[in-house]
Amino acid sequence: MTEHDMSTFWHWWVIVLTVANIVGIFWLIRWTSKRRAGEVAEGQETGHVWDGNLSEYNNPLPRWWLWMFYLTIVFSVIYLALYPGLGRFAGFLGWSSVGQYQQEASRFEERFGPIFAAYADRDLPALARDEDALRTGQRLFLNYCSTCHGSDARGAPGFPNLTDGQWQWGSSPADIHQTIMAGRQGVMPAMGDALGADGVEQVTHYVLSLAGREDANAELAELGAPRFAVMCAVCHGAEGTGNTALGAPDLTNNIWLYGGSAGAIARTIREGRHGVMPAFGDFLGEDRVHVLAAYVYSLSHQAQ
Amino acid sequence: MEQSQTYNYKVVRQFAIMTIVWGIVGMAVGVWIAAQLVWPQLNLEIEYLTFGRLRPLHTNAVIFAFGGSALFATSYYIVQRTCQTRLFSDGLAAFTFWGWQAIIVLAAITLPLGKTMGKEYAELEWPIAILVAVVWVAYAIVFFGTIMKRRVQHIYVANWFFGAYILTIAVLHIVNNMSMPVTMFKSYSMYPGAMDAMVQWWYGHNAVGFFLTAAFLGMMYYFVPKQAGRPIYSYRLSVVHFWALISLYMWAGPHHLHYTALPDWVQSLGMVFSLMLLAPSWGGMINGIMTLSGAWHKLRTDPILRFLIVSLSFYGMSTFEGPMMSIKTVNALSHYTDWTIGHVHGGALGWVAMISIGALYALIPVLFGRERMYSVKLIEWHFWLSTIGVVLYIVSMWIAGVMQGLMWRAVNDDGTLTYSFVETLVPMYPYYTVRFLGGLLFLLGMFIMAWNVWKTVAGAKPAVHAVPQAAH
Repeated sequence: MTEHDMSTFWHWWVIVLTVANIVGIFWLIRWTSKRRAGEVAEGQETGHVWDGNLSEYNNPLPRWWLWMFYLTIVFSVIYLALYPGLGRFAGFLGWSSVGQYQQEASRFEERFGPIFAAYADRDLPALARDEDALRTGQRLFLNYCSTCHGSDARGAPGFPNLTDGQWQWGSSPADIHQTIMAGRQGVMPAMGDALGADGVEQVTHYVLSLAGREDANAELAELGAPRFAVMCAVCHGAEGTGNTALGAPDLTNNIWLYGGSAGAIARTIREGRHGVMPAFGDFLGEDRVHVLAAYVYSLSHQAQ
Repeated sequence: MEQSQTYNYKVVRQFAIMTIVWGIVGMAVGVWIAAQLVWPQLNLEIEYLTFGRLRPLHTNAVIFAFGGSALFATSYYIVQRTCQTRLFSDGLAAFTFWGWQAIIVLAAITLPLGKTMGKEYAELEWPIAILVAVVWVAYAIVFFGTIMKRRVQHIYVANWFFGAYILTIAVLHIVNNMSMPVTMFKSYSMYPGAMDAMVQWWYGHNAVGFFLTAAFLGMMYYFVPKQAGRPIYSYRLSVVHFWALISLYMWAGPHHLHYTALPDWVQSLGMVFSLMLLAPSWGGMINGIMTLSGAWHKLRTDPILRFLIVSLSFYGMSTFEGPMMSIKTVNALSHYTDWTIGHVHGGALGWVAMISIGALYALIPVLFGRERMYSVKLIEWHFWLSTIGVVLYIVSMWIAGVMQGLMWRAVNDDGTLTYSFVETLVPMYPYYTVRFLGGLLFLLGMFIMAWNVWKTVAGAKPAVHAVPQAAH
């Protein structure tokens, strides 16, 4: 919201209330500082008594306190003349928080932008061997990525491990760069209604068998195979090896984004999953994402 | 006519005892979640016991159950004694007691279940919020009804503060809780976005200003002069600081939303009005502490008076710190850090709890017809445990908060942040441990108080005091 959105009514409403309160306080201090006719002398009791022995002195306001009060009022009046506060009035300094942000951001970019621009021309495999670039990339990773992927980039349930060489959305430098710049949305639809309870169980065991798991029940897996071919192969492929274009994971490597127990897999099939990697392009800019991508690339491509 | 000749102490006794019960409960939950921050496994992996569920239970229990019961007890006592008349309605007074206890129990059930409006200090969902409004209106009728039928001409200063608090809390509570119910325990705020945030912090800061400040000043204005046996230092100061306090506090809310989507002009007003609050806030401290002039020696022998006066010192410290933190440049460092937590507890433990404890030690023997508390020595112990507890708490949180603020803004020479979030948590362990110990000491003091109160009231006959007939 900018000050221009405020109507004339609210503009004056704010000014009148603000000024009235400040002037009112000032008047109150002056009024109570003065002695009035018929009042008891200073240092005497006012003469009112409550509950047997509660009474009050008519002492003057402490001078140092009074000056402190005046000082805060004067400061406030000056502040409201210099800075926005009184309705639409922008203040004589012309300061705004958006202006301050833009100024700081451009100063920041001026100072640090060139560090990142210098890396822009080098490709990721080359950058992944540059210790300075990796150090900076790791700091970016710890600032922005570690919340989900972990400080060691080994992920957490729902958040991929970035060190295992398995890539849901592709392992090429361009793929990694694109994942960070634009984000990804991985959607596994809920198949529970279509498959029915038995179907879910059968497909679960077929999927376990694809990964070569010993807990796969051969009988159930056999029943699951044709269902898999109809319902799942479109995305995960006939062999279950996945499709990076769709973000459909490889089901044969026994790496499980949402848990690898039979129960967790059944739940994934029954209820579906929705994974979101946010886009960082607008926020970090092309150059920083490039350095960050180099660090992520290095995690599974040890320096050759 | 028989009834109208005595004061209604029954409701005062009920609230006074429950103050101690809820104080122990609320502070115990606080100590537990403080321990969770050091040893996270203490949530026992049970969702109802996680920090996020218990934290609102802690704040609601200490503010509204402990603080609220203390305020009901003392305001009902003070308004009767200083108006020289029995409460306006015994029935409504009893309703406020049972209604308030029911609200507390409902809060203690719904908050761990995760039923919440998500507004800080206003978490209770709509059916409970309506019950709060009803009980509060009954409170207002009892209080102002008693003022109306007073038998003295002038209204005592303590009652100005209680009156302002009761009226304002009614307005704040109702406006901030305006929401659209969708189910029995889910509702959505009527206000959109930044406006909702502003309404919430207008409420939130005035809950601090009127519930935790003005009302406890009312308590102070009775028990300090009573315990010291001295007149209030300055009637004029009472007048200025009362009107200045209640008018300026209304504007201070936006300082909770510095550097957010709130328009700049609102942030500026919030800041300057917070700064102008410094002098009116200190007015109450000066009036309280200076009331002791000529009776300073009593501090050596009377631990109750010491509770009252030290609470005023913490009040003065917090109300200096508050305006400083509202300055945008300071706020840029302090906001979202544990400094805020330290600031709040300087006020909540140092001021609110300690003045209530002092007031209760003075009040309970009167209510139960005893000369004094069972053990003055134990009050002495309680005083030192509380004081050391608060100091440990706020000092550790100051250090933790400033460290966090500095770590969050530190950058490397490539412009990246020096510390990831987890790296700013690791150095907090020692300070969180000290904070936990500080809270534990304070809680220990409450247990000593409970024992002392038990020994005082056990076997005692409820006191019945006749209303003096001759009006002053």
